[in-house]
Amino acid sequence: MDFKSSDTVPGPRTEDHLPHTAQAAVKIVIVGGFGVGKTTMVGSVSEIKPLTTEETMTQAGVGVDDDYGSDSKTATTVAMDFGRISITDQLVLYLFGTPGQERFWFLWNGLFEGALGAVVLVDTRRLEVSFDVMGRLEECGVPFVVAVNTFPDGPRYPIPELRTALDLSEEIPILECDARRRASSKEVLMTLMRFLHSLAMTGQLT
Amino acid sequence: MTPPQRKRRSPREEPSPQPQPAPQEGGAGNDATDGTQGKDGKPSNPERLFVIGEVDGDRAELDLVTLIVARAEPKPSTSPEQAAVLRLCAAPLSVAELSAYLSLPFSVITVLLTEMLTAELVQARAPVVRQALPDRSILEAVMHGLQKL
Ligand SMILES: Nc1nc2c(ncn2[C@@H]2O[C@H](COP(=O)(O)OP(=O)(O)O)[C@@H](O)[C@H]2O)c(=O)[nH]1
Ligand SMILES: [Mg+2]
Repeated sequence: MDFKSSDTVPGPRTEDHLPHTAQAAVKIVIVGGFGVGKTTMVGSVSEIKPLTTEETMTQAGVGVDDDYGSDSKTATTVAMDFGRISITDQLVLYLFGTPGQERFWFLWNGLFEGALGAVVLVDTRRLEVSFDVMGRLEECGVPFVVAVNTFPDGPRYPIPELRTALDLSEEIPILECDARRRASSKEVLMTLMRFLHSLAMTGQLT
Repeated sequence: MTPPQRKRRSPREEPSPQPQPAPQEGGAGNDATDGTQGKDGKPSNPERLFVIGEVDGDRAELDLVTLIVARAEPKPSTSPEQAAVLRLCAAPLSVAELSAYLSLPFSVITVLLTEMLTAELVQARAPVVRQALPDRSILEAVMHGLQKL
């Protein structure tokens, strides 16, 4: 660890300071396999330059959730990007771009359980890289919407065909997006919030 | 071209984890204070401080988005790590941001913060987590905030 002196530690820019009235935060996780656009989406809506929090996979941690067998002896550093959006003077929203590999998720205590909901990003060239994380969200009872990143060379499936392929029930929103565009990413987040709100209205939010 | 086919999973039978309780100010004590400071308030061995698991079971329930606020000014006796946290937390800052700015893994920063909570150097503001009885006003506030983006 190269931690030496507090004087050398950079901090947030003055304009990035949260007000003292900030009472609580909420979080939304953006999940999906490698390269689907998680970092891009966090960056396109965040009010701060996206930051990275790291966790080291220790010997003790490995194996808890790891059914991949092999290589688990190597210490691995797993990075997670996140951004922030101030909602009110009291409330702050954090967005976490969560690595897609199942064996990393237990590293951050309560990451999924405490989240309001999740955005699952899928890339139609490699739909299957987001399957694991969807299953995990279903197991944890975390509500999610699916955002289909429209890469130019990706196949375009009609939404009903995607719904069938992803085995998603009718009420789960699926929408296309361009994670590089703030307006598009914002619409994805709004879609998630409207979905969560509808679940709350019907008492289905667990 | 046919897309690959997924099969949905059902919620696990085991009760889902309860929302985390608010970390208590000056919460559960821990006895890992040895080695935190050497003479002159310099950390005698910073490496030792950060051994993961040393205070296991006594760690405050800190979430990535628990907001941390300083309650005290750095004193001459404050360790450099603690002084850095106090300076960064002059305004509220999440544990995730602390981890990022200090380049410390999440598990390490939680150990450091637990000590500081115990010593009443910082205050923790617990996050709002998803729960069985949802608070619609929170969801509405978030929608309203996003709309302004
Ligand atoms: N065409 C297109 N490219 C994108 C989109 N989102 C991300 N990308 C690109 O895809 C690459 C991987 O994105 P990144 O955000 O790093 O993926 P991550 O691994 O999920 O964090 C980058 O080169 C992005 O510029 C999108 O919506 N459309
Ligand atoms: Mg990324």
